[in-house]
Amino acid sequence: MRLLSIALVAAALAGCATFEPPKPWEKGNLAKPDMQFDYDRLDVKTQQHIYTSKEAATGGYGVGGGGCGCN
Amino acid sequence: MARFVHNANVMRPPILLLFAAFLAIAPIAHAIEAGEAAPAFSLPNAKGEAIGLDKLRGKVVYVDFWASWCGPCRRSFPWMNEMQQKYGPRGFVIVGINVDKKRTDADRFLGQNPANFTVVFDEAGTTPSAFGVKGMPSSYLIDGRGQVTFVERGFLDEHKAELEQRIAALVAAAKN
Repeated sequence: MRLLSIALVAAALAGCATFEPPKPWEKGNLAKPDMQFDYDRLDVKTQQHIYTSKEAATGGYGVGGGGCGCN
Repeated sequence: MARFVHNANVMRPPILLLFAAFLAIAPIAHAIEAGEAAPAFSLPNAKGEAIGLDKLRGKVVYVDFWASWCGPCRRSFPWMNEMQQKYGPRGFVIVGINVDKKRTDADRFLGQNPANFTVVFDEAGTTPSAFGVKGMPSSYLIDGRGQVTFVERGFLDEHKAELEQRIAALVAAAKN
């Protein structure tokens, strides 16, 4: 039983390893604009503004920061 | 104590099995470097004619892997046109291997970025696999005997002059 469970775990782990990352020439879909984190510049700016406000951090990425949420 | 020893024995085969499984699926990719023979290929151009390195023996060949979704590839096209025009009459051939999954993407790109050099299509990606392409774009400068003399990964404006020098030197050497 123990042997079987270990073998199962081994098989499961090996199973995960068969998912290969795409090769450099297969990244067509990943290169699409909709796959980028910063596709919409205005959206990125808004998100950064909210993030820096809520986190009471100094703004990076060219947006104003500060804890008050007013800038 | 005996129990522990027993357990250790039970553990051994599956762990070995696990390692074996990992080894078996590890990708065996060999990246072609300068000094090695260029892998043979035969790929169709837009007219369906097969283009291969074997037919280009004696010529200096610049094999460039490109895709419509690759930004630097777009920037490399005017330069490759220039090189083909400049060194083409002296026995220099650029072969642009397109690796797009959809032919329509490649055709749209070629409509916007005309290529005045040989363009072939490899939707299956067997050629970049054979060359062990590590990034897009990747270019291989191949001499008349089919040996890779230089590998350029990426396309940088500041490398253009050096690349051209290499092409010119190889073309001059092939003449003699």
